[in-house]
Amino acid sequence: MTTRAKKTAVLAAVMTVGFGGAAMAEPDLDAKLVINDELEMTTIVEPAPYLDGALDQVISGWHFRDAATRAMEMDDFENPAMNFVEDGLAAWDAVDGTEGKSCASCHGAIEEGMRGVRAVMPKYNEEAGDLWSLEEYINDCRVNRMGAEAWNWDKTPMKVMTAAIGVQSRGMPVNVAIDGPARPYWEQGKEMFYARTGLLQMSCASCHEENYGNYIRADHLSQGHLNGFPTLRLKKGSLVSTHNRLFGCVRDTRAESYPKGSAELKALELYVASRGNGLSVETPAVRP
Amino acid sequence: MRTLFALCAAAVTAFPSILSAETMPRDVMFSDHGEVAESLTGVPGNPEEGFKTATTKSLGNCVACHVANGWKDLPFPGNIGPDLTGVAHRYDEAHLRGILVNSKKTFHETVMPAFYNVDDIIRPGDRYTGKPAKSLDVTILTAQQIEDILALLMTFNEDH
Ligand code: HEC
Ligand code: HEC
Repeated sequence: MTTRAKKTAVLAAVMTVGFGGAAMAEPDLDAKLVINDELEMTTIVEPAPYLDGALDQVISGWHFRDAATRAMEMDDFENPAMNFVEDGLAAWDAVDGTEGKSCASCHGAIEEGMRGVRAVMPKYNEEAGDLWSLEEYINDCRVNRMGAEAWNWDKTPMKVMTAAIGVQSRGMPVNVAIDGPARPYWEQGKEMFYARTGLLQMSCASCHEENYGNYIRADHLSQGHLNGFPTLRLKKGSLVSTHNRLFGCVRDTRAESYPKGSAELKALELYVASRGNGLSVETPAVRP
Repeated sequence: MRTLFALCAAAVTAFPSILSAETMPRDVMFSDHGEVAESLTGVPGNPEEGFKTATTKSLGNCVACHVANGWKDLPFPGNIGPDLTGVAHRYDEAHLRGILVNSKKTFHETVMPAFYNVDDIIRPGDRYTGKPAKSLDVTILTAQQIEDILALLMTFNEDH
């Protein structure tokens, strides 16, 4: 069997037979993600041509979670991440730094100013001549326009702000650019995705391309998309940033990982995001 | 002189084999099919120790990827690899040892890690810290831990 055929067979077996327990009868590819009974999300799309047939279908991580976790993401009153979004919205309007400005001073209402922003991140910044993640744009405003301190990419103030900005794109298709000046970063990220790192000699593809739908101990492997980030980890009761997840997955191969905010993780972020182009932005998604 | 001493000390901690008759990772002899005929230590494996090593996350963690009747009481074994029940009937001892030492010699490009190997490691890390490895001579399991798991697998007959 080809990898693709094997994958489909695995998914079919999981769906129809399951592994005995109800919790293991996932992913339910017929489930529909509709948020607050009104916002219909696209959770399965045709793979982009540049994936070269690596995936049969591009499937949101939402499908790989159990029914209870999936339900939480469907209702903003049930989604614990919305508390963090509230904090981010408050920070949007709060004056900080030496210039006496808030984000709203320049960008106006977040609903208008930030709509669609998350869907195209990371993207090449002409002025900086580099690939920038959302966190970098935020820190640029804080340092150079507000006279405020830069936020750590993995600490609460940054995570609640990226959640508040991300939710303004909820339902829009992920649409990161991979051509033009972004191309070399994308190529670098692709190479990283397939590099078998660490003592375990595993790549991202080992888990998220060859084995999605399977279980690694109790963890149900998804395709590893970024459309729900920052996500809420129920186990920790806090938000998980994009680079925290990527750092952790590399670390778990018993490798020397890449620092959060590093050029390497930004390149990987671009490539991984591009694999999910077309999926709806789900920020803030709920994970076990 | 000092450096030399430090190096020797490091090597001894990584490989107690210098003091005993253990085969070093690079000296293991494989057949063309990935079998390793000779014991890595000359000391018979202990299946109870093997069970602990196979089911401990920071050690073999075989249970992350394999179901087996031998550990049917443990919660949530993974299913990335095949069910190991009856595996002693499908492979002989030399082949099971080879699969444990370096499964890639048997299954080309498999996702199963090589447990007693120091070659072709990209960005070696220090356990699960994300930091760089302190020594490049570290293997996931020791030679005796391989022999212990092997002793366990040899008890995995038809209904075990
Ligand atoms: C040893 C297995 C393993 C490897 C290798 C691995 N991951 Fe993961 N990854 C997981 C597990 C387990 C989860 C949590 C369950 C899930 O969503 O798949 C996860 C989750 C993710 C998620 C979150 C998906 C979501 O919807 O919440 C992303 C993104 C991701 N991984 C990307 C990567 C990338 C990029 C690499 C390579 C640098 C990688 N992973 C390597 C095991 C792995
Ligand atoms: C990350 C996943 C993973 C881990 C961890 C893992 N294995 Fe495997 N194992 C596999 C896969 C996948 C195969 C199938 C070989 C292939 O075709 O790639 C396999 C095959 C085997 C086989 C051959 C079984 C058969 O019926 O052909 C044995 C024996 C085995 N593994 C034992 C172990 C033991 C013992 C451990 C722990 C010390 C272990 N494995 C850890 C994934 C894993």
